[in-house]
Amino acid sequence: MEMGFTLAWIDYAIMIIYFIFVLGIGWALKRHMKSASAFLEAGRSMPAWVAGLAFISTNLGALEVMGMTGSGAKYGMLTTHFYWVGAIPAMVFLAMFMMPFYYGSKARSVPEYLKLRYDEKTRGLNAILFAVMTILASGISMYALAILMEKVLGWNFHLSLVLSAAIVLGYTYLGGLSSAIYNEVLQFFIIVIGLLPIVFLSMRDLGGWSGMQEQLAPIVTAKGFAADTWTTTWKYTGSGKANPMGVEWYSIFAGLGFVLSFGYWCTNFLIVQRAMAAESTTAARNTPLIGAIPKMFIPFLIIVPGIAALVLMNTPGKEFALPLNEAGQPIYDYTIIMLLKQYLPAGVLGLGITALLASFMSGMAGNVSAFNTVWTYDIYQSYIRPVTGDKIADEKHYLVVGRLATIFGILVSIAAAYLASLFGNIMDFLQTIFSMINAPLFAVIFLGMFWKRTTGHAAFTGLLAGFTIALIHHGLTYPEGADTLVKGGWIYHLFAYPVEMAQNFWTAIFACSTSAIVTVGLSLVTKKIKSDEELKGLVYSLTPKLNEEKVVWYQRSSTLAVFVLAIAAVLTVLFW
Amino acid sequence: MGVDIKFPIGLMFSIFGLMLTLYGLFTSGDEVLYSRSLGVNINLWCGLGMLVFGVIMLAFAWKAKKKKEA
Repeated sequence: MEMGFTLAWIDYAIMIIYFIFVLGIGWALKRHMKSASAFLEAGRSMPAWVAGLAFISTNLGALEVMGMTGSGAKYGMLTTHFYWVGAIPAMVFLAMFMMPFYYGSKARSVPEYLKLRYDEKTRGLNAILFAVMTILASGISMYALAILMEKVLGWNFHLSLVLSAAIVLGYTYLGGLSSAIYNEVLQFFIIVIGLLPIVFLSMRDLGGWSGMQEQLAPIVTAKGFAADTWTTTWKYTGSGKANPMGVEWYSIFAGLGFVLSFGYWCTNFLIVQRAMAAESTTAARNTPLIGAIPKMFIPFLIIVPGIAALVLMNTPGKEFALPLNEAGQPIYDYTIIMLLKQYLPAGVLGLGITALLASFMSGMAGNVSAFNTVWTYDIYQSYIRPVTGDKIADEKHYLVVGRLATIFGILVSIAAAYLASLFGNIMDFLQTIFSMINAPLFAVIFLGMFWKRTTGHAAFTGLLAGFTIALIHHGLTYPEGADTLVKGGWIYHLFAYPVEMAQNFWTAIFACSTSAIVTVGLSLVTKKIKSDEELKGLVYSLTPKLNEEKVVWYQRSSTLAVFVLAIAAVLTVLFW
Repeated sequence: MGVDIKFPIGLMFSIFGLMLTLYGLFTSGDEVLYSRSLGVNINLWCGLGMLVFGVIMLAFAWKAKKKKEA
């Protein structure tokens, strides 16, 4: 299947205008970048709606858009578990119970919260892991972008890599975190508007939702599943064999709904940083809640077209096929690209391609702006050059360091992108490792926020223990049919999971519970070093409750939270 | 931060909206071009939609500016 497509002048014009705006925003913010806190923390001045859209846009990177559309074709509406149960409860929890401590503690990063709550070594461990992880993630995303540009538009791999890196560097260097956040808002709108025509046209082509259901039935039954498996969410999760994901309701609930999603949404600094940049405690709490509203509807934008693609693939007259990899398997990640090609004429096509480029850039810029903050505050300021006491000179110094870290981050990302192009498996390997870091971190931060007895030694050991158990579990189990050791089983083949996803869920569950057990156990036997006074603002029971009584009921965070949960519940019931 | 993001969003989508609306008008009736989009002049509709969105954003930006000056 030929993937490439030719763009008309209007498509290029849209793309170029978009880049002018992206860089223009950075340029306009340049004169405000006078201190490290303006550059690295956006001066804590973002209105809730801006921070909220940036919050969700950082997560709406291209790997997410491409992956989720592919999952739509592979698993159907089951993919929405990553949204309605796998994101919304965690986002509401972050907003209601964790943001007051992250924001109220005046910590500038998640590692710094760990330092304030626990001790230096816990911060150091997390900061270093996070810095390495984000920069590699940024490289992987750059690599995916360059490959895509090469295959789809016929652009030179090296040129696309350097050009996209240069644009991201341009606007993050000029305007720092503010620039990244403002551009994420712009990217959010272009991604939504750029992909809407595909939703509209694919639904029109297949005769709407009910038309699509009818045409899906024979395709899905031929695969050995019930006719409505692709258009329902919980109905066939009684047994892992009845649904294409191979998971049961309880592992979705515990693995995805609890451990993985809370680990990702509540502890990932990349995401939390957006809420920390908000202008007030209320705005910081509302950030994830406002982000949750579009998040709930994103499945209709990217998963539903993926399901439509499955119908198209199996309808001879449509001449729709996915490109194949070396093993002759369809590359599901390219579903969205092939849909763009199928339906969009010159004009909106440019918009669609720009939307994809935008989603790549928001991923990269997010990583870079989180990296430079952690590097400057948690590594450089803590271990290399501490504050001198001269506040004005310090702010200037750290501003320069933050800017240099931006350049350094981009250069290392480019190197990582080339590494990924040399060893395809490195990508899978790194992603597996990353997923092992978040789950223990959630246990440690959660215990720290809600149990004042938790000690620094216990937290540090808990993090390491959780990570070790995750590695061991991964080494002893493997998904059926795995052909490389990267997928697991590199110690011994003790247990086989039906699919990789089930293995991932259980790795996270084991990591999180081990970390929690070790942390609780050691906290009981180690001495509590920090006094209650020092822990004020960091631990739930030692912090004065936020008083929302003065706020009109419809402006309270709790009202918004109930509203968000209610919509998620309605969507779940509608697509049960 | 002294910059209202509503303004660039509004401006960019107004420009895109205008471009696609005009392109849609000039190419209307081009059956080859619109065979992909099932005969729908998707450029025209998408363009008009973006134009409306862009202008609304600009109006909000303008209102916010007035309020700030007052």
